[in-house]
Amino acid sequence: MANLKTVSKKSKAQSMGMHTEVLTGRTQQKFFNPDEAENFYYFGTYDVDFNKRTELDVKEMTAPEANKEIDNLMSQGYGTIVIKNPQGKHSLGVGILNKLNLIFEGSLGYFGMGSCDGPIVRINGRVGWSCAENLMAGKVVIEKNAGSCFGAAIRGGDLICKGSVGARTGIDMKGGTIIIGGDAGAFTGFMMQRGRIIILGDVGINLGDSMYDGTIFVGGEIGSYGSDAVDSELTSSDQDWLKRKLKVAEIGENFDVSKMKKIVAGKKLWNYDNLEPTEKKGAI
Amino acid sequence: MCGIAGLIHRGKSSNVGSELQGMLQALKHRGEDSTGYALYGDTDGKNFIMRFKVGENVGEGSSSVMEDVSVYDERKNIVDQTLAEMGAKVVKEERTLPYSLRYEIEYNTKDLLDFSQRIESIPGVEILSMGKSLEVIKDLGNAKMVCDRYSLDKVVGTHAIGHARMATESGVDIKSAHPFWGYPFSDVSVVHNGQLTNYWNNRRVLENKGMRFMSECDSELIAVYIAEKMRHGATLEEGMKESLTGLDGVFTYFVATKDSLGMAKDTMAAKPLVLYESDDLVAMGSEEIAIRSVLPHEIDTYDPFDGEVKVWQI
Repeated sequence: MANLKTVSKKSKAQSMGMHTEVLTGRTQQKFFNPDEAENFYYFGTYDVDFNKRTELDVKEMTAPEANKEIDNLMSQGYGTIVIKNPQGKHSLGVGILNKLNLIFEGSLGYFGMGSCDGPIVRINGRVGWSCAENLMAGKVVIEKNAGSCFGAAIRGGDLICKGSVGARTGIDMKGGTIIIGGDAGAFTGFMMQRGRIIILGDVGINLGDSMYDGTIFVGGEIGSYGSDAVDSELTSSDQDWLKRKLKVAEIGENFDVSKMKKIVAGKKLWNYDNLEPTEKKGAI
Repeated sequence: MCGIAGLIHRGKSSNVGSELQGMLQALKHRGEDSTGYALYGDTDGKNFIMRFKVGENVGEGSSSVMEDVSVYDERKNIVDQTLAEMGAKVVKEERTLPYSLRYEIEYNTKDLLDFSQRIESIPGVEILSMGKSLEVIKDLGNAKMVCDRYSLDKVVGTHAIGHARMATESGVDIKSAHPFWGYPFSDVSVVHNGQLTNYWNNRRVLENKGMRFMSECDSELIAVYIAEKMRHGATLEEGMKESLTGLDGVFTYFVATKDSLGMAKDTMAAKPLVLYESDDLVAMGSEEIAIRSVLPHEIDTYDPFDGEVKVWQI
């Protein structure tokens, strides 16, 4: 049997500091390669022009109708779409796998901008639960507050809330960056696996509970630490990165990042083995 | 999944019946097995208003057993007789539906425990609410159906809470529908979204202390739990804060009294709530769209955090 413990080559993502674990055994690691041009396009996406702008009033539309119309406008080459009167409707803007400049003039309900890859979105209002869940890439900016499960399971992109967010922000996130201008609720970073969360305000109880990896930066008070979440040293490169990120996010421009706390996984809960069930039996 | 909504006007009255109907109808996708309203109307405060039922709605989807209307009449007659024996004078009587009645009662007491026990000792009779301002109206169907059935859209008052129910833990019937009256306290009502996991343990303890349960719906526990705390001198807010540790499970609930409205969210913050607060109005609901039915223009709303308790006065 091959020696399953000898694989030690670092991936590009590891060398960039996006994650630290080294998986061994038969697991195949495949990471996004920015050099592969085909990764930028999905089947059925449109070539849009950001300078081609239109408005869409969704007051009398259902969410599926509104989403279909956004798709229709993209097919006509509109690269900037302004949505009027979203009025807290659920599931608006879901599943956009396109370059697009999308602006909501009002608040969204649950699952807004879910499962997207690529658009740049500005929401001039509030969002409900699970905003931008499963975001792959792009940027979503919320001008007011957000509900719970903000950025659940995101894999990439920047998710910015200028107000406060509810519980379980960044639950199960696997990449990307979440930036909160205000406070965050309980269980922030619950079971996060990769990526970074920045909270300028206070955060509730059980911060980073059961986190596997990734980093959380907190500017205010922490209600309590979750299981296996521990403090880490805030390095100068961390501070440089935070300054850069906050500047791009257009919040906390004068925030003193040197006083932020850095929380990472203690990795005491890690219990990986690399054996297949049949191999395990053999080992026993 | 259920939907809850509530609003309180501060310093003025409004058409709370119509407003709450709009909020609950916006949440009907969260459950339309039954819908309930707890409305705090403008009254002169002299007489008690008793909403009670002498039977169940046995319409489509109901889990109740069909009964003859004559049984309802018999029960009503016994209620009338019992009220007379207790010296309670019925000054106005309305029978909206064969099983649902509203009495205005002239009765001088501060302790409704004995009164309620005697009325509810009549088999098949349940007091839905008792108070000088509160009226609990609940029935099967969505918000609009119940509102139309009971003509609630014209009710004017200061505050109201309501519930759109998807039955999960107990039957589809009026007795399991929310809101629950905070028996035996005048003008106390509760609506809840969530599941309580220590229902039976708490129920046994509270029943041993003399409290009464009318259904097997876990949400009723909240009303009884807080009522028991208040019975021993706690304020509404104190009782609600104690419930955060005394009740186990996931929950967001509202409690209303004659002059206040409160909300509590469990420490896991697992059940949704969106809140809008201004100087003259507080509106809250399980989803933003509930608030949008009252305030369609752009407003600032937020999710209360875990373990948060808030109480507002009219």
